[in-house]
Amino acid sequence: MKFAVVVFPGSNCDHDAHYAAEHVLGQQAELVWHKDTSLRGADVVVLPGGFAHGDYLRTGAIARFSPIMQEVKTFAAAGGPVLGICNGFQVLLEAGLLPGAMLRNRDLRFHCEHVYVRVEHTDTPFTAACEPGRRLRIPIAHGEGNYFADPDVVERLERNRQVIFRYVDATGAVTDAANPNGSVNNIAGLCNERRNVVGLMPHPERACELAVGSADGLVLFESAVKAVAEGAFAAAR
Amino acid sequence: MTIPDQVLAQHGLKPDEYQRILEILGREPTLTELGVFSVMWSEHCSYKSSRVHLKTLPTTGTRVLQGPGENAGAVDIGGGLAAIFKIESHNHPSFIEPYQGAATGVGGIIRDIFTMNARPIALLNSLRFGSLEDPMVRRTMAGVVAGIAGYGNSIGIPTVGGEIGFDESYAGNPLVNVFCLGISKSDEIVRAVASGTGNPVYYVGAKTGRDGIHGATMASAEFDDTSAEKRPAVQVGDPFMEKLLLEACLEVMTTDALVGIQDMGAAGLTSSSCEMGSRGGAGVEIDVSLVPQRESGMTPYEIMLSESQERMLLVAKKGREAEVERVFEKWDLHAVRIGHVTDDGLLRVKNGKDVVAAIPARALAEDAPRYRRPMTEPAYLKEAQRLDLAALGAPAAPRDAFRRLLASPAIASKRWVYRQYDHMVRTNTLVLPGMGTGVVRVKGTNRAIAMSVDCSGRFVYLDPFAGAQLAVAEASRNVACAGALPIGATNNLNFGNPEKPEIMWQLARAVEGMGEACRALDIPITGGNVSLYNETDGRAILPTPVLGVVGVIENADAVLGRTFRSDGDAVVLLGESRDELGGSEYLYAIHRLTRGRPPVLDLEREAALQRLLVDAAASGLIRSAHDCSDGGLAITVAECCFDAALGVEIDIADVATEVTAFGDIATLFGESASRVVVSCDAARVEHLLAEASTAGVPAVRIGTVRGDRIRVSVAGRSVIDESVADAERVWATAIEGYFARARAIA
Amino acid sequence: MRARVFVTLKPSVFDPQGTTVVEALHTLGYAAVKDVRQGKYFELEIDAATADEATRLASEAADKLLANPVIESYRIEVDR
Repeated sequence: MKFAVVVFPGSNCDHDAHYAAEHVLGQQAELVWHKDTSLRGADVVVLPGGFAHGDYLRTGAIARFSPIMQEVKTFAAAGGPVLGICNGFQVLLEAGLLPGAMLRNRDLRFHCEHVYVRVEHTDTPFTAACEPGRRLRIPIAHGEGNYFADPDVVERLERNRQVIFRYVDATGAVTDAANPNGSVNNIAGLCNERRNVVGLMPHPERACELAVGSADGLVLFESAVKAVAEGAFAAAR
Repeated sequence: MTIPDQVLAQHGLKPDEYQRILEILGREPTLTELGVFSVMWSEHCSYKSSRVHLKTLPTTGTRVLQGPGENAGAVDIGGGLAAIFKIESHNHPSFIEPYQGAATGVGGIIRDIFTMNARPIALLNSLRFGSLEDPMVRRTMAGVVAGIAGYGNSIGIPTVGGEIGFDESYAGNPLVNVFCLGISKSDEIVRAVASGTGNPVYYVGAKTGRDGIHGATMASAEFDDTSAEKRPAVQVGDPFMEKLLLEACLEVMTTDALVGIQDMGAAGLTSSSCEMGSRGGAGVEIDVSLVPQRESGMTPYEIMLSESQERMLLVAKKGREAEVERVFEKWDLHAVRIGHVTDDGLLRVKNGKDVVAAIPARALAEDAPRYRRPMTEPAYLKEAQRLDLAALGAPAAPRDAFRRLLASPAIASKRWVYRQYDHMVRTNTLVLPGMGTGVVRVKGTNRAIAMSVDCSGRFVYLDPFAGAQLAVAEASRNVACAGALPIGATNNLNFGNPEKPEIMWQLARAVEGMGEACRALDIPITGGNVSLYNETDGRAILPTPVLGVVGVIENADAVLGRTFRSDGDAVVLLGESRDELGGSEYLYAIHRLTRGRPPVLDLEREAALQRLLVDAAASGLIRSAHDCSDGGLAITVAECCFDAALGVEIDIADVATEVTAFGDIATLFGESASRVVVSCDAARVEHLLAEASTAGVPAVRIGTVRGDRIRVSVAGRSVIDESVADAERVWATAIEGYFARARAIA
Repeated sequence: MRARVFVTLKPSVFDPQGTTVVEALHTLGYAAVKDVRQGKYFELEIDAATADEATRLASEAADKLLANPVIESYRIEVDR
């Protein structure tokens, strides 16, 4: 199976995602330039972290208009698995593939540190290899990770089980102290109604080897392999 | 037209320098030529006050692939790969506009690395500020940190380490020194040279505006009350543009269609064109009317002197133009042909058909005046070196001093700072900030690179020769503590006004000391930067020659951090403790004094210690290593417990002191050199002590990793007994506390 | 024609930047400033024959790109 990692001008975690998929997990992975109009038969699409277009205007606001995004939308509409990491999550929000928006962190500072997130639901292509409630220690690195949506949207997301990752403390409790950026309901990541598009602010690709501090993020990529193998999430071609 | 003295002065040129210009040209210079000379012969670009001294530094060695003279230095790290690295300062702009001054400093040093065909993989920084009690200082520090973060994070290069120091003398003259390191294949390093008559010269990157004009001359002048008016000289950085440039330049360098490339840094188009020409023994002709401009009505003078950021100058091979242009188009950049290489050795600047400047490139790049300025031992020195502890009255109680030192900004946790830096991007960081010396792995190999930037301005102030040696020792020791063999260094000299003989003496003595230490430790200097005139209203900074040392670890699995690893491990002190409180953080933080002599340094002992560390790390004999610096042994041992939730019990010998009242203080907080606290499996202690003995390194077991308290005894007497959690809280919240009230704006 | 587009956060959206600014103003002695909301301002130089056309173009630009409808609203002024 093949991962496609989209590269926007200003993406800088594209190589990290590629490395995780290919080098650590041993899968095929390809970098796809934002001006391309084909995903080249990828089974899974990853929108990586970084500062696409310098984060100018708003994070992800310009990247959503890249030619490749038309292909990503088609792929998602057909049920294909799409993972948006950090800046990639922001692009998915601006593109309307996920509901809500990102604001600046409430303390107005960039945060680079390890956090704990809890996996809330395992029926997505990126949590299929987890058990519900598993705690993952993964790094964040963002200045605008404060997830916002209107209260009725948030209520619907919770009701529909669309909140997939939630910030927790080391004991698994959902507390304000465990929330690094002020996200409503400690939301760290969510999925769309169809459950094939997932976005999260933490960086799982930075937690795939113990040598760099944690290997808890690998399971998101392993889940994708599992989901594709089982045919649960496959874009009709 | 005779240029009036006033115009000369505005250009920072002295009458005798002007005479030389007349001799070189054989006529009066045009205004554009005057501007060009003024920036190329400024202190910042020509190093005219420091060159004769810098020439005495050791710059060669079996691993040196590129020494001083190029955009950065390069050392062989094995496996056909090279580490390209340098440190550079952006001090004056960071005082005027902290965020952009620091941000553009980061941008500048990154360009110096990728211009040599090395992908940058790590950033470090060495910062100095005044006292955090001062709101202006807090504003400066917050702006500088935000600027470094804003630029480095956006371009996606991790900031993995650094140091921050505080002293009143830096209040009006903050120091922002940024270090960058990249990796290249040794035989694919590209140099900044223009050669091959007729080869096209390209400009690529941001459009040229009026920013930063005379930035080079501003960096060569002191601040006074009119400094606020110098505001237009600060450039605004665009990390997105630089990310595009970085990717595009690395991509074009895979095609071998380039002859040479240089970034436009200080003195912009002027310095890049004449330096490339001079290195290639060629001339460069450019037409400024072809230069992309973002403001209207710019004169050739302005275009040549502009310091707009994120611009590169390339020389391509004739016939390969389409290839080069295509790569840049892909990245939505426009490479514009603005000239060509000639064979007459001149920098010829045209504006359409008119020639507005024609100067021998060599004269600009190589033949700037070189001064051996007068030097005098400073009047303050002998008196400052006298330290009469008895006259200080009673020392602080050890427990009290311990807590106050943990909270002193120099020692306290810098987490408030490094949490703003992305230190994990590129997934290479093996040792995170706060956990030891910065280490990044080199993907595709088993190797890792360790880097450290260090200097104690106080030690250098009290004895420039010894202080500079101690800076070399500390930086290389930190690298060795990670398990890495130091293989090269870069230095940033930060001093006051060199036209004052006392300052010049500090610089000359520091360079002498640095050279001797580098020779003894076999660490060649591959390049660096000089920042002078760091004075406000006549008051200079502490002389601060920062050393950036690079080391290589053959097997990344052997990397060491500074924190203890397991309960029950033995704690061993390598090195010898003496009665040495001179220039210490204890004296500064508790008694507000900068007095005494810096600690004695035995370079042979230091070399032996470093070799032992590298060997012991490689064999897995030691499990952690932390060098003793600010705050001495007690602080070092405490830091080994932090972020590890492990306690320690140690019992150390008294150091023999003249003033017995200060006995415990000297033992706990003295800053003797060449000391490292290591931990190892208790079963292997005897083996470690034997190895140390063979290596000629004093070593003694001082205790055990145990419990949840920090228990320090001196000759069997308990002097410190604190819970780790409590001590860590004091240490972790100190700097945060200063900024809690001052929230970020915008 | 010049269109000025004022993009502001919707009232329901928490604005930490605005909060920080009002706190800073208070420390400077401006207790009379009760609240601050921070927004964005764009100046568009537009090739249009009439003010209406310029307004229409600017609105489209705002809808598509300049404002994020989830958290922001906008208003437009046009002059020659």
